Amino acid sequence: MSTIAMGHAGTDAAPAEKKGLWSWITTVDHKRIGILYGVTAFLFFLLGGLEALLIRWQLGAPDKTFLSPEAYNQLFTMHGTTMIFLGVMPLSAMFFNYFIPLQIGARDVAFPRLNAYSYWVFLFGGLVLNASFLFNAAPDMGWFAYANLTSKQFSPGLNVDFWIIGLQILGVASLAAAVNFFVTIINLRAPGMKMMRMPMFVWMSLITQVLLLLAFPIITVALVLLMLDRNFGTHFFVPSGGGDPVLWQHLFWLFGHPEVYILILPAFGVVSEILPVFSRKPLFGYAAMVFSGCFIAFLGFGVWSHHMFATGMGPMADTVFSLGTMLIAIPTGVKIFNWIGTVWGGSIQFKTPMYFALGFVAMFIIGGLSGVMHASPPADLQQTDSYFIVAHFHYVLFGGSIFALTAGAYYWFPKMTGRMLSESLGKLHFWLMFLGFNLTFAPMHILGLNGMPRRVYTYSAGMGFEFWNAVETAGSLILGFSFLVFIINILKSLRSGAVAPADPWHGATLEWSIPSPPQEWNFAVEPTVDGRDPLWEERRKAGGTLPEPARVSGAGIHLPSPSYWPIITAFGTAMTLVGFLMHVTLWVILAGVAITMLGIFSWAFEPADH
Amino acid sequence: MALRTPSLRRVARWVPALCVALAVLVLAGCSPDAYPQTTLAPKADFAELLDTVFRRSFQLATIVFFLVEGALVWALFRFRGKPGDAEPAQTHGNAMLEVVWTVIPAVILVFIAIPTIQTIFKTAEVPTDDPLVIEVTGHQWWWEFRYPEYNLVTAGDMHVPVGRTVDLRMTTGDVVHSFWTPQLAGKRDVFPKRDNRLWFKTETPGTYPGQCAEFCGTQHARMAFQVIAQTPTDFDAWRVGIAAVSAPPDSGAPAPDPLVAQGQQLFATKACVGCHAVTAVGAPTMVGPNLAGIGSRSDIASGWLPNTDENLARWLKNPQAVKSGVLMPNLGLTDEEITALIAYLRSLSVVPAPGAVAMTAAGN
Repeated sequence: MSTIAMGHAGTDAAPAEKKGLWSWITTVDHKRIGILYGVTAFLFFLLGGLEALLIRWQLGAPDKTFLSPEAYNQLFTMHGTTMIFLGVMPLSAMFFNYFIPLQIGARDVAFPRLNAYSYWVFLFGGLVLNASFLFNAAPDMGWFAYANLTSKQFSPGLNVDFWIIGLQILGVASLAAAVNFFVTIINLRAPGMKMMRMPMFVWMSLITQVLLLLAFPIITVALVLLMLDRNFGTHFFVPSGGGDPVLWQHLFWLFGHPEVYILILPAFGVVSEILPVFSRKPLFGYAAMVFSGCFIAFLGFGVWSHHMFATGMGPMADTVFSLGTMLIAIPTGVKIFNWIGTVWGGSIQFKTPMYFALGFVAMFIIGGLSGVMHASPPADLQQTDSYFIVAHFHYVLFGGSIFALTAGAYYWFPKMTGRMLSESLGKLHFWLMFLGFNLTFAPMHILGLNGMPRRVYTYSAGMGFEFWNAVETAGSLILGFSFLVFIINILKSLRSGAVAPADPWHGATLEWSIPSPPQEWNFAVEPTVDGRDPLWEERRKAGGTLPEPARVSGAGIHLPSPSYWPIITAFGTAMTLVGFLMHVTLWVILAGVAITMLGIFSWAFEPADH
Repeated sequence: MALRTPSLRRVARWVPALCVALAVLVLAGCSPDAYPQTTLAPKADFAELLDTVFRRSFQLATIVFFLVEGALVWALFRFRGKPGDAEPAQTHGNAMLEVVWTVIPAVILVFIAIPTIQTIFKTAEVPTDDPLVIEVTGHQWWWEFRYPEYNLVTAGDMHVPVGRTVDLRMTTGDVVHSFWTPQLAGKRDVFPKRDNRLWFKTETPGTYPGQCAEFCGTQHARMAFQVIAQTPTDFDAWRVGIAAVSAPPDSGAPAPDPLVAQGQQLFATKACVGCHAVTAVGAPTMVGPNLAGIGSRSDIASGWLPNTDENLARWLKNPQAVKSGVLMPNLGLTDEEITALIAYLRSLSVVPAPGAVAMTAAGN
């Protein structure tokens, strides 16, 4: 029997609503940190989008001189780095933060202060990375930073160093957050929520945290080696000293390929929440969805060299990595079929979140199919490093991740803000984004197969690339405009949107059982769960409708107290790493370490106020 | 909604016409003829092997695309919810169905995997049919081609004979690059201190553009080259012609044009000679590309700038303004000096003399 008792706990005076900048700086509330992640990541996402628009403008016609080669190389490098590390990953982190505790029926994450620390480190990492623009030294060697172009000999400026340090700082944030969410999911589930009853978003998030924990140490080590090469005279990747540039490629993709799944698995989770709710029908093949996710993540660590077929690894390695990659198509296919199985036979409610979720499925299929094509090394020898690949991964990361995250934003916005977004603006956003996305990225398939290499700041007239590039640039403007509609929708809704009920979509999961937005303690009474779709079961028992949950007093509920030590510790961490930026600036490092130690010490011994 | 319907209908009238126009555009835009660097019209054995695998996977992917997207779109129309609908059947899954849609993709993949593996091993075999060995070296941002068989070196244009396998042994003088002539072969990266192999044999004479496909710094976009496939006779004429460029003049040679002589003098005194060799025979690798034959090449600055006097003058005036980041500095040449240098560079042309082939054949 499932009970989500919305008890009326106590009638003592409720704790005062926390307001003002200071309350945000010191917050340890997972919901506020989620919003901080979301707002910050969305701003970085817009910055990455602006970089993309500049790139597209430059490529709109052949031989353009709108951007210098140097500026172009900085922009494409920063576009990739920003979208991955400062856009999609933290946008996923917004949902992890806000909804993992709510979906598992917890009052917060396992380590609320560590959670705040993660956010601040992420913010500082993003700022350090982008501060490079102020020094005219933005990273300019591609987000993959292939050795030996990154050696001091060929990249003497600070560009590569900014990238190394920025990513190291961001890695700290990712690892701390991954530990936190992993422990949260394992330990803080509501009574009765067995692993195989967890919402699919929580499952995919759990797998993502495991990937983060295993993949980020690899890039951390690779970055340390690169830093040693550049500033301390070692030769890990420098051929003149006996090092091997191919080693970098192995280390980078050993991280980089699992990273692809870090970017897409949360999206799988979001879509697996939305499709059932708007089909009024449970997720099709729950167990298969869980195991295919695990299988994808596991295989994801064994296929990294499919990024390297052109390096000439030899036929045996090519064969093994090719077959491994093709194998991933099977669990991925299972997911797609199960999503279609979910809507099949349902009663589909065409609301904005559903539009974006279905857009995700439709676009992700295309990205998956082109992925199978270049899993075959002979085909890949023509496709790799061409625009065909650019098309492929934008169908996966934009058509996939961004469509799904946008779906999630429309789905959960009422819960997070207590306001409904406009449906008509939402649908306008969808159609503009769908049109703009396909106009921008579909022609890249054609260009790539017809010989346009990627990462080029221009192309010559007469290569035949003019027409589709012009189309793509036009498409990118529509795509950019669609996000303007999104922003207008958000701002309008925050000012004057309809007030959201607790459960505007007839959701299945626990977050819809509490008021919108949730009160600081989430659940006045800990819920108990005995099924996969607890709220649906509850509603069925109640004869179809549930009463609107009342906002209650939280007196007597223990919550972690706010603290400014996480931001101070984060500042110390970032400072320590910035000390390594050029030549080791010893006093910066020492001061950074001192601040970090002070922060950790004070945080550990800070008395909790009640 | 009621207000919008008529305008929608008016728009809808244009849909068929728009679709036809779009289809025509797409077809025109997809035709490989319009793309000199296309992968879809292979002109050599290596590229054909790759193309066969690509076509197989593309056909299968197209079928899967229409089936799966079709099922999705059909479901969206068929299962569109209407107000007042009863709760649909709460199916949780179907083991049989899930097994089927796990197995079918696996079977499809087998049909891609088999030709894939066959082709991997076929393309990995090193050719043994008396190939022409060419040593390829990538430089930031130009390509060098060395013909050990003829003790020749050149840059920018790789001349190959049709009907004979070309065996490329590739490395780099600086950072990682990738050698790519889509119509002839796939990409192969080049690494320092490593020999990477690629081969192809074409039967079709022609000029095949290629370019670097691995990001290699500022001017990665301008690291193009071309492969010029010639009949054996034309190829032999070329190699004899380029070997003769700037060869020491024999006693009977006519006196050079005074402008050319002035240019030659400038070439020796204005630091050009420090970085560029002007003979193709046995020349060492230098900082800049070998200039033997530069007078008659179609492009300068590595395969993208037409080799006109005007462009050469622009380049000599200030290379950094034409291709920023290249190693060649602004030499501060006067317009007069530039004119003389251009005359000299034009004299470094490959002029295949009639009968030259026969002569060298006899000489050999």
